[in-house]
Amino acid sequence: MKSLQDLIKRYQLASVLVLTLLLAVVLPLSLDIFRLNLVGKYLTYAFVAVGLVMVWGYGGILSLGQGVFFGLGGYAMAMFLKLEASDPVTTKIQSTPGIPDFMDWNQITALPAFWVPFRHLSFALFAVVALPTLLAWIVSFAMFKRRVGGVYFAIITQAVALIVTVLIIGQQGYTGGVNGMTDLKTMLGWDTRTDHAKYVLYYLGVVLLVGSILLCRWIQTSKAGTLLLAMRDKEDRVRFSGYDVSNFRIFTFCLAAALSGIGGALFSLQVGFMSPSFVGIVPSVEMVIFAAVGGRMSLVGAVYGTLLVNAGKTFFSESFPDLWLFLMAALFIGVTMAFPMGLAGLWESQVVPRWTKWRAAKPAPAAGTAKVPRMEGASGSFPVKDVPRPPAGVSGQQA
Amino acid sequence: MSNTDFALAVEELSVSFDGFKAIDALTLYVDRNELRVIIGPNGAGKTTLLDLICGRTKAGGGSIKFKNTELTRMAEFRRVRMGIGRKFQTPSIYENLSVFQNLEVSFPKGRSVLGSLFFKCDDEVKARVQAVAEDIFLSDRLDLEAGLLSHGQKQWLEIGMLLMQEPELLLLDEPIAGMSARERELTADLLERICKNRSVIVIEHDMEFVKRIAHKVTVMHQGKILAEGPMDKVQADPKVIDVYLGH
Repeated sequence: MKSLQDLIKRYQLASVLVLTLLLAVVLPLSLDIFRLNLVGKYLTYAFVAVGLVMVWGYGGILSLGQGVFFGLGGYAMAMFLKLEASDPVTTKIQSTPGIPDFMDWNQITALPAFWVPFRHLSFALFAVVALPTLLAWIVSFAMFKRRVGGVYFAIITQAVALIVTVLIIGQQGYTGGVNGMTDLKTMLGWDTRTDHAKYVLYYLGVVLLVGSILLCRWIQTSKAGTLLLAMRDKEDRVRFSGYDVSNFRIFTFCLAAALSGIGGALFSLQVGFMSPSFVGIVPSVEMVIFAAVGGRMSLVGAVYGTLLVNAGKTFFSESFPDLWLFLMAALFIGVTMAFPMGLAGLWESQVVPRWTKWRAAKPAPAAGTAKVPRMEGASGSFPVKDVPRPPAGVSGQQA
Repeated sequence: MSNTDFALAVEELSVSFDGFKAIDALTLYVDRNELRVIIGPNGAGKTTLLDLICGRTKAGGGSIKFKNTELTRMAEFRRVRMGIGRKFQTPSIYENLSVFQNLEVSFPKGRSVLGSLFFKCDDEVKARVQAVAEDIFLSDRLDLEAGLLSHGQKQWLEIGMLLMQEPELLLLDEPIAGMSARERELTADLLERICKNRSVIVIEHDMEFVKRIAHKVTVMHQGKILAEGPMDKVQADPKVIDVYLGH
């Protein structure tokens, strides 16, 4: 039997718990609903950042086109919401009532066939995950099976981001063009603009984000996680140990895309619109910066990075709108030069050693709070069944 | 091409890089249970030959048959799964992982994405890791980060990672480079032990070592085979003396 402590240590649950407390308790209690809704919006980007930790930090594949997957998820959700907002009664002044307003403006007289399934919430939710995953699979299958990687892959993903943006803007009648899909109001009759709905959506975002972090953490601790790191550093060794390297990369890229899609859908729900400005190259690069600032090896760090950079963005773009982009660039360059492992890296290299030193310098703590001694014998770093380990709580009772 | 009883049958194999013929219509047969050493001056094409067999380099022409299955168009990981293990010239191990993890990752189960997600390090895996670790003299180093091993130990570890897969053909590129005299001794013992029930091809420069381990020696020169046979016969061959041993 594994003890609880082992589980916590193995999956780094302590840091996830702290983050959950911050997001689910501290922030809702200390911020008004307007600010909390902003945080909720930032958290939708955090899904992308968490995906980037997997694909970039662990997989070693830099993608500069994650905005595409965020956008696809967001559009899939927005299409459903838009259709619901365009019922024949509300749109009776249009020349064709019952279709989204931007279609009417573009002289489209019937709902396009690919829009029809988005009348159903279940299909929209399926598409939120399936569309980004499918596109990610096509791109990554084509690239990774041909052993395209590194800078070339990054450039290809940028090109994809550009192409998709141009496509969305160009097909105004089908996509809402540069304005995107606006005036999203209700989901199955539930008004998403009320304060109550904002709270519900915020918590939905938190739950899904923590769930995604746990899922990724589970993958990281599995053999697949070890292999990802291994093939990042020694690709040939992994390949010549009998693994199809490309399949692992495709899987990770699709996973990151699916997470981004969920983030995008939550964005559409919380913010009430979706537009190409979240799809293109600039937002995609921004999302990489979030992950870089937080630390590309840390799932939790990526969330903090996203929150900090966005809080900074909101603050600075209000005060110095002209300088913001330069500041953002400086931040990215500064982070990669000065602390390449981001905030999480600083935490590991600066705070944790000092904390342990400070703890060690203090006299031994009272027996009641003593940590359960762990056997660090011949097999410390991996779980071995036959190592005797006192169950948690026993030593506390004896004290 | 012909069907053979050989473990490995390389016939008329050629590859060229920008017009330079690195391997030129080379034919080579390796028996089961045989330990073959390939020697030759720098640039003779020894490493390229191993690259071709394991799939790191695509063949330009000719045939490579392993257990009578044509390999030339097969993906690298499939060749590995058929039983070919390759050790690289500079030890290629996962420096950040422990010795145990290095061996565990090389265990031939959970090789698909799904399989690796649900892979469990059960008693079978642990027993196998333990057994291999003893073979490669690292059983007391299992918890050590592999990057902290000495150069010679890294070479052993990489051989161990191949042994985890129980390959039927081992391709070892300079396995004793950077080893102390004592480590060379141990490695020679190790190679003698592991060539049971499998074929081993070794590239090596150290003639004393070659003499000690080789069943048969193949001398390569300019992408071709210059001589083949027992070490003493090869050493006495005037052609060999001329291009290689004489220098």
